[in-house]
Amino acid sequence: MEAVIKQKTISKQYKKRSALGAIWRQLRKNKGAIIGLVLVLFLIIMALISPLIFDYKADITAQNLQERLQSPSAAHWFGTDDMGRDVFARVMYGTRYSLAVGVVAVLIALAVGVTLGAAAGYVGGVFENIIMRVCDIFSSLPSVLLAIAVVSAMGKSTVNLMIAVGIASMAPFVRITRAAVLTVRGEEYVESARAIGMQEGKIVLTHILPNCVSQIIVQATLRVGQAIIAAAQLSFLGLGVPAPAPEWGSMLSAGRSYIRDYSYLTLYPGLAIMLAVLSLNLIGDGLRDALDPKLKR
Amino acid sequence: MADTILEVRNLKKYFKTARGMLHAVDDISFTLERGKTLGLVGESGCGKSTTGRSILRLIEPSAGEVLFDGTDICKLSSGEMRKKRKDMQIIFQDPFSSLDPKKTVNQIISEPIRENRILTKKHAIEEKVLELMETVGLAERLINSYPHELDGGRRQRIGIARALAMQPKLIVCDEPVSALDVSIQAQILNLLKTLQEKMGLTYIFITHDLSVVNHFSNDIAVMYLGQIVEKAPAEELFANPIHPYTKALLSAIPVPDLSEKRQRISLKGEITSPINLPDACRFANRCFDCQDGCREGIPQLREVTPNHFVACFLHG
Amino acid sequence: MSETEKHILDVKNLVVRYETEDGIVRAINGIDIQLGYKQTLGLVGETGAGKTTAALSILRLVPSPPGVVECDLLHIDGLDILSLPDHKMEEVRGKEVSMIFQDPMTVLNPVFTVGEQIAESLEIHEHLSHKDALQRAESMLELVGIPGSRANEYPHQFSGGMKQRVVIAIALACSPKLLIADEPTTALDVTIQAQVLELMSQLKDKYDTSMIMITHDLGIVAEVCDKVAVMYAGRIVEQGLLEDVFNHTLHPYTEGLFNSLPNVKNRTAMLKPIRGLMPDPTNLPSGCAFAPRCNYATEACLGEPPALRAVSDTHSVACAAYNTPGFHIEKGRDA
Repeated sequence: MEAVIKQKTISKQYKKRSALGAIWRQLRKNKGAIIGLVLVLFLIIMALISPLIFDYKADITAQNLQERLQSPSAAHWFGTDDMGRDVFARVMYGTRYSLAVGVVAVLIALAVGVTLGAAAGYVGGVFENIIMRVCDIFSSLPSVLLAIAVVSAMGKSTVNLMIAVGIASMAPFVRITRAAVLTVRGEEYVESARAIGMQEGKIVLTHILPNCVSQIIVQATLRVGQAIIAAAQLSFLGLGVPAPAPEWGSMLSAGRSYIRDYSYLTLYPGLAIMLAVLSLNLIGDGLRDALDPKLKR
Repeated sequence: MADTILEVRNLKKYFKTARGMLHAVDDISFTLERGKTLGLVGESGCGKSTTGRSILRLIEPSAGEVLFDGTDICKLSSGEMRKKRKDMQIIFQDPFSSLDPKKTVNQIISEPIRENRILTKKHAIEEKVLELMETVGLAERLINSYPHELDGGRRQRIGIARALAMQPKLIVCDEPVSALDVSIQAQILNLLKTLQEKMGLTYIFITHDLSVVNHFSNDIAVMYLGQIVEKAPAEELFANPIHPYTKALLSAIPVPDLSEKRQRISLKGEITSPINLPDACRFANRCFDCQDGCREGIPQLREVTPNHFVACFLHG
Repeated sequence: MSETEKHILDVKNLVVRYETEDGIVRAINGIDIQLGYKQTLGLVGETGAGKTTAALSILRLVPSPPGVVECDLLHIDGLDILSLPDHKMEEVRGKEVSMIFQDPMTVLNPVFTVGEQIAESLEIHEHLSHKDALQRAESMLELVGIPGSRANEYPHQFSGGMKQRVVIAIALACSPKLLIADEPTTALDVTIQAQVLELMSQLKDKYDTSMIMITHDLGIVAEVCDKVAVMYAGRIVEQGLLEDVFNHTLHPYTEGLFNSLPNVKNRTAMLKPIRGLMPDPTNLPSGCAFAPRCNYATEACLGEPPALRAVSDTHSVACAAYNTPGFHIEKGRDA
């Protein structure tokens, strides 16, 4: 009789169910996110292999005035620009710059912003007030204006562009981290960590931040898109990656004078920016849905 | 003198709010013997949870002494206090928010062991975790589960295992069963009782549920607006409640028994705000026995019969 | 029709399931409820027993999708609820049937005064002018023990107990014939709970309202109900008059519930909890859902879920063990 009423034994799985796996299962259901993921993967691969396909000197920067301003053809898929350079090669190669600037800028913003935000949220008081007011000032300035100021102060270079865009996109990270920390700080498991004698700094690192990570990741993904736009804007204004590097923004800028007759000069770099930002936003939205605990059962 | 593990003297905790001083805990004193259970009963906002947390210094008390095994823990530096925490643990009310959702059962239970370097070898820690899981009745296979995969009762068992990991002497149980269903509640209460007998634990049992506290405690202290209004051994308190509030509280519990038709004492109104309290009996506004003298000064806790303390002008 | 007219509420074979991605949650698996006029039925059970879903399906408020409600018969006061079009159903809610929810904090809208919130349903159902409705709202407040002058205040200015009184005032504003109270006092303190329960009983008598009281607290049932239905895993396992269920308990689960409660008379005794856990509603056992936790379970319990059988005119139980003559449970609480 005993044996009959015993509940059926659950297969002995001591294996940890990874958190990443769960996120992936959620993400997989989202068509937009998958499209975004495929596109971003394509862009990353492009960025990685373009130096293998194209020679920077010969294919990207060398002028070839005989072939200038050709319409798209089998030889030049996206046509050639006013210096006779192949637009397709330059757009592909440009992926490297845009992705690098976007990612590095966001990493800078992430590192500084999360640290400040976590400190503000956990310490509180005057310290929090100062950080948040500075944050207010930063976010009241248009981020491009801010980046222009930074670049003009530090000089034109790819690294400075990354720093400028990074600083300009810091404020949202401070805010989001602070808000997340404030919510998590009140949870009982934080108190419980204190009750076992854990030091405050360690509590922030082991209990508070890991529980804020999902919101920060979503924000970071969306912000990479914004950073790519900001970088392109600066390059468009001549403050970004110096010529003759094939940055999408500077390509737009260079092609702008020919927009009536040779619109493909601006069309393809423009499309590239749009595609990159769109795909990152799709992933960001998908991640937000996948990570949001309220949508989970 | 009996073997006292904890003595609380004139403990106070005030919070500054926009509207004035909030008297969460207002001059509380009691002693607790080793291996016994003190039930701290009261309604929401009476300061029972704040008392529990102040005793553990999870909240800094505003004034007063907490003598744990003879040392006043309020005077310890934060480093010394961290060492002392091994001996005093807490079990939380909400098994959903008291476990870090990003950690596995293994990590949650082993954290206090690793943090205090009670054990350092990896397999020794794991053995200890498995032993603790067995003690609280968690199946071995759950060791790598996350809290959200488990039900409330099992989560509360994890919380208990975590508290036990450091072999504490005193555990503050802050409403450990009020979030659970009746049948699970009984399982956890039994577990806590068995553990007490086996490990000689001392409990402070904070709850709003008088029937639970009656089942569990040696002594019961009833709190109202930050003060203890009556304290007595459990049988005595249930048999001869003296303070009007205790009487009302006892009569308000719905009893699942048809044979018992009781006279219900209905209280007027609700708990008054604990901000900027006047120097009067805190219960005077709702008391059915209130006399003129009740609004002149705060009644002190007095021993009316042996071991039965009451803070009421009309008694003692 | 004469059969149904004796009952304010008549439900036959109600089945509710939620079809989610993770599987089909079988919330309610065929229950019958008959409630006479002016009666109070206590619906008892633990989390996940399907109490709230039962209440929601009576009001046709089960969200769909994912909810799927099937029912052979659902009559309120002789009115066939199943065939009503949506706009008619809206008229029934609040006028014929009202519901009081567990958490008063989330039911009240923070941007309207309590007076306006009470007046709202009066305007909709009784077609009163705004002014008249507000006046009625004030008298409703007085009725639940709140000064009428506070009608112009907002919910956050009230304490928890007061808010629940306001919710009761809203529910009773149009003097409904049936009141469904879903754990109305769970969020409240004991002394406040006592006040609110007393208030509800008084008002129920005054307005001749029938009531379904959903609760997990057998003590509350003993105080306010005439009849009890004990639910487990979406089925009613035992029902009867208060006296039947409390003093002549038949179902092992009901016994387990009683044994789990700390006994005021014998305080040192170990509790006798029900072992194990509620079954997963997406994966219910094929036989009696309680069998895996039941001390009396036999092989007979594993085949088909047992049907309710009448033991007396008022008392019925769903337990296969009673097929065996002479079977009885151990419950000796009052012995």
